Amino acid sequence: MRAILLVAGAVFRESVRDRVPYSMVLFAVLLMAASYLISQMTAGQDLKIIKDLGLASIAVFGLLIAVFIGIGLVSKEVERKSVYALLSKPISRPQFILGKFLGLVLTLVVNIGAMTAAFYAVLLYMNIVNPNLQIAAPAPSLDPRLLIAIGLILAELMVVTAVALFFSTFSSPLLATVLTLGLWVAGHFNADLRNFESVIDNPAAAWIALVAYYALPNLAPFDVKAEVVHGVPVTLRHVGLTLTYAVLYTGVLLTAAIAVFRRRDFK
Amino acid sequence: MTAGRIAPSNGLLYLAMAALLVLAVVAQAVRDRGWQPYEPPSDVMWIQSGPLADRLALSFDNLTADLYWMRVVVYYGGQRRSAVAARNYDQLFPLLDLVTSLDPQFRIAYRFGSIFLAEPPPGGPGRVDQAIQLLEKGLERDPKRWEYALDIGFVYYWWVGDYAKAAEWFRRAGDIPGAAEWLAPLAAVTLAEGGNRESSRRLWTELRDRGDLDWIKRTASHRLQQLDAMDAIDELNHSTQRFAARHGRPPADWRELAAAERWRGIPLDPSAEPFVLDPQTGRVGLSPKSGLWPLPDGSSVRARP
Repeated sequence: MRAILLVAGAVFRESVRDRVPYSMVLFAVLLMAASYLISQMTAGQDLKIIKDLGLASIAVFGLLIAVFIGIGLVSKEVERKSVYALLSKPISRPQFILGKFLGLVLTLVVNIGAMTAAFYAVLLYMNIVNPNLQIAAPAPSLDPRLLIAIGLILAELMVVTAVALFFSTFSSPLLATVLTLGLWVAGHFNADLRNFESVIDNPAAAWIALVAYYALPNLAPFDVKAEVVHGVPVTLRHVGLTLTYAVLYTGVLLTAAIAVFRRRDFK
Repeated sequence: MTAGRIAPSNGLLYLAMAALLVLAVVAQAVRDRGWQPYEPPSDVMWIQSGPLADRLALSFDNLTADLYWMRVVVYYGGQRRSAVAARNYDQLFPLLDLVTSLDPQFRIAYRFGSIFLAEPPPGGPGRVDQAIQLLEKGLERDPKRWEYALDIGFVYYWWVGDYAKAAEWFRRAGDIPGAAEWLAPLAAVTLAEGGNRESSRRLWTELRDRGDLDWIKRTASHRLQQLDAMDAIDELNHSTQRFAARHGRPPADWRELAAAERWRGIPLDPSAEPFVLDPQTGRVGLSPKSGLWPLPDGSSVRARP
């Protein structure tokens, strides 16, 4: 366990050295500038639009961090040949993979935590400047349920990180980026595969689609941004099952990454 | 012992950067004076299909709806500010349809959108059919939202002048669980006295005093001022008729009428713009410069007999 934490700490420190926290500053500036500009042209919908923008920005910045750091986690070590020095130390290959994953998740948690704080600060500012905004809004300004959406974004990013890490174990950074982003897009269309049989009259194709539905990551249920912004209840059951799915699917991807990396020959 | 490397000064580079930036701004300003970007004769909407836009937006459909909503506000405001002859609201409904397809719960898009669509030219396209279609779409997506049924009733009442339909929609709105209590009496009054200016005043007063959205309240206040202006026009027309009966001709201008009626000044509408007097017919009307212009069709809000 200590070896895993050491690798995770190194990944986190490297992300700080790579100026990843700058994304948080960019996020805060973007939101503050938007809150002023948006009020000029939204016909009283400032609060809804700032919430939409804040949640979407957290998701996008998080995705960029997960993909662009995730794909370099293993491939960069191999490219630099630092993997030889690392693996000559008392660190097993599974520990190396798990440490890399935990380090990036820690980076995401810190980044998203800071972005969430900035998000609530902007909402608080809007609430102080114009308390009337809240009257017509379907949910309060400082709605704690926003944290549900943010929590599920984090869980989705955990799955995306595992996908990026998996591709990073055997392909080039460019290919890993394309594959990870492709799988992220597919993950949001995945629900269509489930109802394939109602679209085509071919049982074999419908069966293949159903298998693909269960095999590919299903990311659409992680998106409850609209529900939270409109004050529509999100059940605890949905959140619980989606988080369970995230943990299990991440487990599958990490196991696959370990399996590939264990057999990889670095000679 | 090795001597540390002395970092070269970047002062000159910073100065060059600032100078180049100033020159770029100057070049841009000079260029802008003699060049305008090409704008097609009518706006183009590349994506009109709601379901397609929904797919393309991935998990950001709400944010995309917000962007399109801002485009609606800017588009509508832009058309209203342009010259009357150049106004074109063709893209208004497709844009609103797209916004509400991307975010079916965006209730302001239905409610404000229907106000924008129903507004008669030149302030809007005067498409009451599209206003009703948009609100019906909202009601289909969220049947518990009684405000959409109320707004459909308003469109029938204010813009179409069909009081039976308006009363029917007010009743339907009142039947939805959680609806405001004043809807049931409103339906009855509309059916009994539809089109009466007093019942219109009661209707808009309810919305102004009990409405939940600032924009709707402002619209209600505007309509109430229009009703006040219509009352004032009726009074002024009586004055010009009295003048014509005494002098055998209509008054030539406000000064003449004011002197005859012993007024201290010329009459102003509730937006503080002078009324217009036609010296040929003696009829009084609202100035096109008034913030209350145009008034609704007189038949939809007739004075109490």
